[in-house]
Amino acid sequence: MDQPKRERWNLGGTQMESLLKEIARFKGESLWQDAWRRLKASRASWWALVFLAAFGGVSILAPVLPLPSPTAIDLQIEPQPPVAPWTQFGNNGYRPEYWDLNAIDESLVSLRQSVFGDWQFSNWLGTDSKGRDILSRIIWGSRTSILVAIAATLCSLLIGVSYGATSGFLGGRIDNLMMRIVDVLYSIPFIFVVIFLITIVNEYRIELDRRGINREIVFYVVIGAIYWLTMARVVRGQVLSLRKTEFVEAARVIGASSTRIVFVHLVPNVLSIVIVYLTLTIPAVMLFEAFLSFLGLGIEPPKVSWGLLAVDGSEVINPVKIYWWLIVFPAAAMGATLLALNILGDGLRDALDPKLRGKD
Amino acid sequence: MIRFLWRRFLWFGLTLFCVVSVSFFLMRSVRGGPFDNERSLNPAIERNIQARYHLDWPQWKQFLHYIGPLNLAEDGAELIGGDGTDPFGGILTGDFGPSFKYRDFTVNDIIAQSLPISVSLGSIALLWALILGLTAGIASALYRNTKTDVALRLAATTGIALPNFVIAGFLVILFVFLMPLLPVAGYGTPQHLLLPGFALGAPFAAYIARLSRTGMLEVLSQDHIRTAHAKGLPARLVLLRHALKGGLLPVVSYLGPATAGILTGSLVIERIFAIPGTGSHFVNSALNRDYTLSMGVTILYTVLVYGLNTVVDLAYTFLDPRIKLEES
Repeated sequence: MDQPKRERWNLGGTQMESLLKEIARFKGESLWQDAWRRLKASRASWWALVFLAAFGGVSILAPVLPLPSPTAIDLQIEPQPPVAPWTQFGNNGYRPEYWDLNAIDESLVSLRQSVFGDWQFSNWLGTDSKGRDILSRIIWGSRTSILVAIAATLCSLLIGVSYGATSGFLGGRIDNLMMRIVDVLYSIPFIFVVIFLITIVNEYRIELDRRGINREIVFYVVIGAIYWLTMARVVRGQVLSLRKTEFVEAARVIGASSTRIVFVHLVPNVLSIVIVYLTLTIPAVMLFEAFLSFLGLGIEPPKVSWGLLAVDGSEVINPVKIYWWLIVFPAAAMGATLLALNILGDGLRDALDPKLRGKD
Repeated sequence: MIRFLWRRFLWFGLTLFCVVSVSFFLMRSVRGGPFDNERSLNPAIERNIQARYHLDWPQWKQFLHYIGPLNLAEDGAELIGGDGTDPFGGILTGDFGPSFKYRDFTVNDIIAQSLPISVSLGSIALLWALILGLTAGIASALYRNTKTDVALRLAATTGIALPNFVIAGFLVILFVFLMPLLPVAGYGTPQHLLLPGFALGAPFAAYIARLSRTGMLEVLSQDHIRTAHAKGLPARLVLLRHALKGGLLPVVSYLGPATAGILTGSLVIERIFAIPGTGSHFVNSALNRDYTLSMGVTILYTVLVYGLNTVVDLAYTFLDPRIKLEES
């Protein structure tokens, strides 16, 4: 079967061969390779990525690090300022107090105890008004905040992508109706819905706890349910232009079902824009968590999140004495992370934008 | 255009109906009511209070009563208004009923008192956002890839990255404690609104800066700008007459969501600066189960957001004649 084909290709003889040789010197590049190269070329986004990776690592390893307990209360009168030489490390009274950790964190903490024993960093970034270590709270808080952000964003991703892809793919009247619904939802002040739902959750706490639904899970779902709207619009726009393309036509001719076309052929093609949007949604969700914590509806003590830390910091602002370390350090951690995410998002958008491909 | 407005209005009615009915039934089906206290009331008193506000009726009847000017009581008694004399007309007549928690006020009273405060705070915030954002955005588009541009963009991204109560905290430390220029909190003089307005507007200024930068860059690279330069028009006039209009379109379309964001952001800012605006009422009323007040504020905000979005859409067509209202 192959034989005649080959002969046809070889018609050019040596000329063809040299052409093929020349072509072989060029290496093909997929969208992702190209994007990765561009991302590395942009210094700001590369450093943002490095920073995020490093911070993520520290945050994951938090239970193993010799940090003081984030919850052990020491009722001194005043918050302690940061101690000057940031190297102090020794046996200064580690108390293994945490909130209810899950099994993995529990074993990580016991690993830490067997390695470092009672040793811990001294309060490098000072303590808050209840004598808790700020550094430890920032790192433990990052776990909560990042988890909320990622879970909520994935939730919004799931809803947004399937809704947008379906709407764009079906087109016509159904598309019109589905987008109208999104428009209507856009004009509802969602903050109120969220506040209201969370007061409901507070009311039924005991029943929900018994079923294993705690406030955090409701949190993820609710925030995800808000942030899917923009995602749906973006994806729908993309799919709308993609479904007229030849490869979709070809898939349909072969007899692929609509579901298959949407999820196997269209969704991977909108992935780049979705990733860009994701890096921009995560900061928004983190800010929303802070907002809810400020209203007293977010993560609850003794657990700690960046939102709570920022709230604690801004609550102690008073004209008599300025406890700057209570607000500066949490704000710096949060600001740096969100800044890095935003820069990375912008960098990714530039890297993945097909209009810029081949132009350097 | 009339058709557009009419269709918008129909959708608005539908939206509002959904919001009202869902929050009405949700609120009432949750355990706990507006008259719960630490001390339980005498059952007779409780019955009386419930009868006064018709909370003893079945829910559908309460709902109909809340919506429209219908008198559903068997004995002809009307739900009593705030001052104890006026009958309750229902939200279709613009009457939001008596507040359950602030016994001597109607919801209309409370909104009438607090809305002007919130609106002035919001306008100042929007003004700050526009002034700062447009200046920064246009400047960084004109001085593209210089140090000014990088610094302005970094400042804008930081503005997006910090929660507004943290920004507010820094502002208070700076301008109240370290340099005693402005009052720390409260409401009364215009100076009282400067800091909260800035803190509220800062994230939006940052977004506007980014949008106007991208918009301007796109316009500045177009042919008609080159033509204008080529025919010898001074650079300032090219900018003012030809570039600004097209470059600022993305900002206009962002104004709708921005205003909505400023409205909700004021929940926090009003708390920090102790400003007696509408935002503070919302959270409290939801926590207090003050049904009518909570509904009133929700409806108010829905109307505001929807109205503003429509206005923005209309403005958009005037600014960019290429866009038609009836695309879909």
